[in-house]
Amino acid sequence: MDNLILDQGSNPNLVWPAEGLTHIPDWVYTSNENFKKEREKIFLGDCWNFVALEAEFPEPGSFKRSYVGDIPVIVSRDQAGKINVFENRCAHRGVEFCRDLRGKADQFICPYHQWTYGLNGELIAVPFRRGERGKGGMPADFEMAQHNPKRFNVAIRHGVIFASASEAIEPIEDYLGPETCEHFDAVFKKGKLKILGYYRNRLNGNWKLYHENLKDPYHATLLHVFLATFKLMVAGQKSAMITDATGRHATAASARDEDLELGEDIAGEMRGAWRDNMKLEDTKFMKYVDEFDSPWTVTMQTIWPNLIVQRELNTLGIRHIVPRGPHALDMYWTMFGYDSDDQEMLNHRMRQGNLMGPSGYLGVDDNEAIRFLQEGLRRSFSDRGVVKLDPNNEGDTDTLISEASIRAMYRHYRQTMGL
Amino acid sequence: MMTNKVNDPETSLTTEEKRKLRFLIEEFNTAYARVLDAQKVEDWPDFFEEDASYTVIARENFDEDLPVSLVWCEGKSMMRDRASAIRSTMVFAPRYLRHITSNVCVNGRDEEGYIFSESNYLVMETLMEDSTRIFQTGVYFDKFCQNKERLSLKSRKCVYDSLLIPNDMVFPV
Repeated sequence: MDNLILDQGSNPNLVWPAEGLTHIPDWVYTSNENFKKEREKIFLGDCWNFVALEAEFPEPGSFKRSYVGDIPVIVSRDQAGKINVFENRCAHRGVEFCRDLRGKADQFICPYHQWTYGLNGELIAVPFRRGERGKGGMPADFEMAQHNPKRFNVAIRHGVIFASASEAIEPIEDYLGPETCEHFDAVFKKGKLKILGYYRNRLNGNWKLYHENLKDPYHATLLHVFLATFKLMVAGQKSAMITDATGRHATAASARDEDLELGEDIAGEMRGAWRDNMKLEDTKFMKYVDEFDSPWTVTMQTIWPNLIVQRELNTLGIRHIVPRGPHALDMYWTMFGYDSDDQEMLNHRMRQGNLMGPSGYLGVDDNEAIRFLQEGLRRSFSDRGVVKLDPNNEGDTDTLISEASIRAMYRHYRQTMGL
Repeated sequence: MMTNKVNDPETSLTTEEKRKLRFLIEEFNTAYARVLDAQKVEDWPDFFEEDASYTVIARENFDEDLPVSLVWCEGKSMMRDRASAIRSTMVFAPRYLRHITSNVCVNGRDEEGYIFSESNYLVMETLMEDSTRIFQTGVYFDKFCQNKERLSLKSRKCVYDSLLIPNDMVFPV
């Protein structure tokens, strides 16, 4: 059906509206040309892209398919124990040769002409390189070392693997910044991770909308009736949007207060998101086991450009954003606990998983809203959206009724993209 | 290659027993699909025993013994909670769903009397202004209680092949 939609793209010059950051032009979400520029300036630019968790590579030879932006890569642990990230594309004709989602291998062999790559991505064999009986073969000056797939720089912080195409990229701790590291480390420094499984879903929305959704605490109190009804997140409770100095990363933090009494003013504003008489029969899945060195019961981190770190009570996971052109993104979720979890803690995390994921009580709402949003942007006559809430802030804020962090992200975006 | 981790009955059945059970399971699956096709989500838990389990799990997790599931219900109360969350709190576009269940394979009965079976399932989804699409294909791994002619689920594990979920999954399968 998608090809029946004529993109409005009513600003062919890709010029940002004169009003500045309070208005976001539709073409940042819909233009192919802008998307190609994002690939070059953002995903292949001075960025650390999330690619995998180290716990997925228990031994030499462990590998996984992944993506840098929308570019397929292989992540592998070599015989020396080092993590490597390289393009999943044969240097010969371009075959995307690694087809298994995950696994264990000694080497990678392209099925088409059996060019063979080591676990570090180096080309190690080319059949009939010298031809047969003096005929054919590669030119005499052919050097395998000059035909490696593109290899990426790798950084690992507490078991989280990032890759970058940039040579000028700063160290990962500087890239994340101290505000982001603090809440990131609360999850990843706590103990050895245990991978509990995966989800994948395709959202019909631009990849930036997912960041915006998590930098927009305003929606959390209104769209998510479940959150509001069970007081997991309501206006008036302790919360913060913690944005790094560049504006690109943010941590949406909140502390559940089960005794919070809503004033009539707040209850009135939230009336659409409130189900007064709704009760759950089985509430044990919502309990919070206080296991983190943090005052917050929830931290949702948006780490530029492609990582979400989810700590929603005791459900832990990362969401890897893989953009699929301007109109879609694939979300690859890796859920985890800790090696130290006992069976009851593991079951608790699984029960609580009903909140999140592609069939979660909260997850569904966001995915539907993002699709509705993309359709509005693509098909309507108007050409911009408005993000004016909380005008005195741009970045950090301590109210849920705010779009300050979205504006901070677009400040960084415009700088990076030269807009 | 799907390993049969769920259904491992102790005793084998005669052809006549299998024929009868297959009929009962097909009747059961037909009724189950009708309720879900009609989106009578409040009636859905009634297909289960009070302490039954219901999970929907990606085949990549199932095959690697990873527990993460799209839906994880321990007991009918969690199923009723999911039903009321869908009805009262979740925000989603209207849709039609069509469930097709086939290839019933009666695996046997264990010493406690539970019936084990597998069926393939297919769910088609139609959003109002789009073409109908395949939403999910997978296998039900079932454990039934039998009370004369009546079956009810002690557990249903839905293992889906369609790893990349289109947008989200609102209703149980």
